[in-house]
Amino acid sequence: MNTPGNLKYSKTHEWVKTEGGLTEIGITDFAQDALGDLVFVNLPEAGDTLSVGEAFADVESVKAVSDIYSPVSGTVAEVNDSLLDSPESINSDPYGAWFIRASDVTATEDLMDAEAYEAFCEEEAAKE
Amino acid sequence: MEKKTPLYEEHVALGGKIVPFAGYLLPVQYGTGVIAEHMAVRTACGMFDVSHMGEVLFEGADALKNLNHLLTNRFDNMAEGQARYSVMCNEKGGCVDDLIVYKENETRYLVVVNAANKDKDVNWMQAHVSGDCHVTDVSDQYVQIALQGPKAEEIVKTLDGNGPLPEKYYHAVMDSAVGGIKAIVSKTGYTGEDGYEFYVDAADGVKLWRMLLTAGKDFGLIPCGLGARDTLRLEAAMPLYGHEMDDEISPLETGLSFAVKMDKEDFIGKAALEERGTPKVKRVGLKVTGRGIIREHATLTKDGKEVGHSTSGTHCPYLNTPLAMALIDADIAAAGGSLTADVRGRAVEAEIVPLPFYRKRN
Repeated sequence: MNTPGNLKYSKTHEWVKTEGGLTEIGITDFAQDALGDLVFVNLPEAGDTLSVGEAFADVESVKAVSDIYSPVSGTVAEVNDSLLDSPESINSDPYGAWFIRASDVTATEDLMDAEAYEAFCEEEAAKE
Repeated sequence: MEKKTPLYEEHVALGGKIVPFAGYLLPVQYGTGVIAEHMAVRTACGMFDVSHMGEVLFEGADALKNLNHLLTNRFDNMAEGQARYSVMCNEKGGCVDDLIVYKENETRYLVVVNAANKDKDVNWMQAHVSGDCHVTDVSDQYVQIALQGPKAEEIVKTLDGNGPLPEKYYHAVMDSAVGGIKAIVSKTGYTGEDGYEFYVDAADGVKLWRMLLTAGKDFGLIPCGLGARDTLRLEAAMPLYGHEMDDEISPLETGLSFAVKMDKEDFIGKAALEERGTPKVKRVGLKVTGRGIIREHATLTKDGKEVGHSTSGTHCPYLNTPLAMALIDADIAAAGGSLTADVRGRAVEAEIVPLPFYRKRN
């Protein structure tokens, strides 16, 4: 499992990168592997409101549809529309395939660093 | 507690993601993923452990008579080694299960049923047979391996120690061998592709599995899980019990009239099917024209009026498009019509298209 040290992670397997006043959000390597081949993505629109713990997008594998939860409250500033045409890039490059960039972030859930997240994933895997 | 098939350790060693399914622990996919597995079956070869399927033996002088009474198809004109698809109806004309009957000889037939329905089926069969007919669940005696895809035949023919192989679809050789292992070799499958299903002694399962994996390596064979089994059967528009049929849905509604012989003397469910008359619902194919994937249980509307629901649906890898099957009002079921599906509160447009979605090239 690949877990870059410069990112923060949520318990629902989103990664967060804060840069230049924007908060970039995607899903982790652990998440993409658990979901399997992704074939479809639903994304929000710029200007939509984000709330901590609420779904802002969904991804579909051949097997199932899964919600993607926002680790922040704020506003959608940018949307990575290229995922609509190539959802498989989330599988091949989960940390490059960002979903949205958020602005005006007013709240952020408690996030883990890479080390804590890896330990968390190990626990999750052991529960199965 | 779920059972393991005799091939369980093979799946784990091959990196299978194990899930519980119909009382068994089976791989939903291996490391290559559902799409690669699906494509392997369409373009080369895929191998599936389908040992969870149930095998039920009908033996006795009245075996044939009982099959004709229990099942909707007819079995009196079968050659030895022939396989025939059928539905087993309840008294209301709904489906207890769908299954395949193999004729071994005049007094011995092997019936292959869905794993999830096995106990229900055996109870139903035993409760409804009469005369000289013994119904025995022999599922645990067999490992069943499905080898599917355009390269399946070539791969099998590289093995030494084969018995005769069936030539035609839905034919089997009941006392054959493959790679020196005693086997029922059946030219059947659940993928819409050419290929075989092998029934071997449970103790020989691992040996055959490894032999085929090795023999197929140069032909692009990969092991495939339940995920690809489902996307393949959906792309080929094959119905699945619990989706396109159940205890309420009739075989005529779900498009299986070819396996229902209404001119047969009598069978369980015949009177109810006659009374239900011309089906008011029909199984159709849907191609998503909007954005999204229509899965099972989506409500379908036309001009704001509810007309039915989807029964299965996913993104189909070979045709590379989201497809679904649905049961809808027969009046509006003509191909070319458009419907709207409610997908998690979002309206997704779809077009009614002819079935099957996919048909193999000959």
